[in-house]
Amino acid sequence: MTETELSRPSVKPADTSSIRQSLRWTISDIFVMTQRNLMRYIRLPQLLAFSTIQPVMFLLLFTYVFGGAINVSNMSYIDYLLPGILIQTVLFGSIQTGVGLAEDLSHGMVDRFRSLPMARSAVLAGRTLSDTVRNAFVVLLLAGVGYLIGFRPDNGLLPAIAALLLVVLLGLAFSWISATIGLTVRDAETAQVASQIWIFPLIFASSAFVPTETMPAALRTFTMINPVTFAADAVRALLQGGDVGASLPGTLAWIGGLLLVFVPFAVRRYRHSL
Amino acid sequence: MSRSPGFSRCMPAGAGTSCRKSLVRLKPGIPISDVQHDKLIKESVKHSEGSRMTAPQPQTGSRTGRRRGRRAESEAIISVQGIRKTFGDVTALKNIDLTVSKGTVLGLLGPNGAGKTTLVRILTTLLNPDGGQATIAGHDVVRDRTALRRIVGLAGQYAAVDENLTGRENLRMVGRLYHLERKQARRRADELLDRFGLLKAADRLVKTYSGGMRRRLDLAASLVVSPEVLFLDEPTTGLDPRSRTDLWDVINELVAEGTTLLLTTQYLEEADYLADKIAVIDHGKIIAQGTADELKRQIGGDVLELHVGDRARTDAAIEAIADLNVGEPHADATSGCITLTVTNGAQVLTQTIRALDAIDMPIADIALRRPSLDEVFLALTGHETAEQPAEEEE
Repeated sequence: MTETELSRPSVKPADTSSIRQSLRWTISDIFVMTQRNLMRYIRLPQLLAFSTIQPVMFLLLFTYVFGGAINVSNMSYIDYLLPGILIQTVLFGSIQTGVGLAEDLSHGMVDRFRSLPMARSAVLAGRTLSDTVRNAFVVLLLAGVGYLIGFRPDNGLLPAIAALLLVVLLGLAFSWISATIGLTVRDAETAQVASQIWIFPLIFASSAFVPTETMPAALRTFTMINPVTFAADAVRALLQGGDVGASLPGTLAWIGGLLLVFVPFAVRRYRHSL
Repeated sequence: MSRSPGFSRCMPAGAGTSCRKSLVRLKPGIPISDVQHDKLIKESVKHSEGSRMTAPQPQTGSRTGRRRGRRAESEAIISVQGIRKTFGDVTALKNIDLTVSKGTVLGLLGPNGAGKTTLVRILTTLLNPDGGQATIAGHDVVRDRTALRRIVGLAGQYAAVDENLTGRENLRMVGRLYHLERKQARRRADELLDRFGLLKAADRLVKTYSGGMRRRLDLAASLVVSPEVLFLDEPTTGLDPRSRTDLWDVINELVAEGTTLLLTTQYLEEADYLADKIAVIDHGKIIAQGTADELKRQIGGDVLELHVGDRARTDAAIEAIADLNVGEPHADATSGCITLTVTNGAQVLTQTIRALDAIDMPIADIALRRPSLDEVFLALTGHETAEQPAEEEE
């Protein structure tokens, strides 16, 4: 090696002492992490393909297999079903937050990030944010597929946008639960299973796919407090017109409550994930 | 003294040979005066790419100068006092005391589970100690975490690089997370890729890289901001010999440029080759410290190695040597190699030759050598460098 090749500039990290600088770099860190996580979907297109095919398949199967046999009042089954499918999709999508974090932990990436002078919050924020972006993409795609097979939002554009936003926001709240799980179990496969086992009953024991009237009394009581029921009812009301007075505040309360509990919880787990 | 293939069979696995020892002396020696070094450190952070911040490159350096010269005049940059750590019932570290002088290499040598990784994680702020104190360039590892993270680099046991990104993207990402401006991060990534021989593979996904390439990329990532102190946790574990020597070369260049390095390893050969000073750690305690030569001296004297021409009469040879009363000879059953630790090597050598001549024993090979670090370790700990049950990780 020659002298020139050996010489290297003494590069030093930027100063983050002022609040403005530190805020600027925190946002930059979150952006870099989000970008890094989303690159995964560009590099593994099959991952995105399969994670979209599944909800599309659910949508088609439910519509054409159960659709004929299920009677819902004042709307077509596809209009009833689509909000449920959207919620199911973001909830399952949120599992990836925990899986991704567990992977980073077990592959030493978290060690690398922790040894850098980056914002502590950026690893978690970047992860939940990138999963939210992916969720938003799948939600839009599902709404499009739904439209092709007869789904029609009759309540105007703005409420429809609000409905989709609500779904994505619910996904974000669940991402933080998943993050807590992933950082606790620290293994990708365990994180996957540990989230699936409770998300399944949560989705099915709700008004996501069928009206709850025919369910046994005990189960109905559960569906009444289930966040999925609140969200499905609110999204339906926003899309098709209807009373959001009960379901929308309930959904927002759930989202707020989950974030309030699980953001600090996950951050704590991250800090202590040694 | 001859050097037949039989001789090398006598050596413990991974032990040094005289070829390797000459390599040590050939380490590039480029002394950087401490004044210059301090000036570099004090240069405050500017977003501009300053060529004036470039480390001065002296034209020549005496080949042996690096070790001796720098250690004599430099002060401690890593200082560890009474660091303790327990995980549940397992005591990972008991009262570790350690100092590393600026611009030198400390090799932390010990078997698996000895506490090496735990100590590195504490010094790089990934783990809090239960007690004791440690500072790096004056920054406390617990209180001044943020300041410390900006001046240390860490490359861990497994290459912590993102498989789904290219090599170039990985380095740019780390640059951005070190808060370099986009342009600067980009330029730095290109420099490092060039430096580490990864330019050709720069735009390939890391998952297609070989183990050695990953390690080099990981090392490059830890050098994005030219750290004052670099921690390498078992940098060559699991690498093939060729990749290992490649990585050693790179590490030697870094050290020649003035980076202080703390390196953990379970390979005695590696510590011997790369480190100025070696600290032997076992069961969470530093059991010996010093240069490789000092450690070797601790077990006293040299080792006489002997291959007799008539293997059937090995026992007779041993008896003849034992009669000299200069030490207890050991014979290796498979290789037939007889070893003897001696203090007055040259004299014993002639005596041995005479004694064997007297019983008409042909000598296939006889040599006098310094003890290997494997033998030092055995002498210090009473056990081989085999894996220990203690857990390092939680």
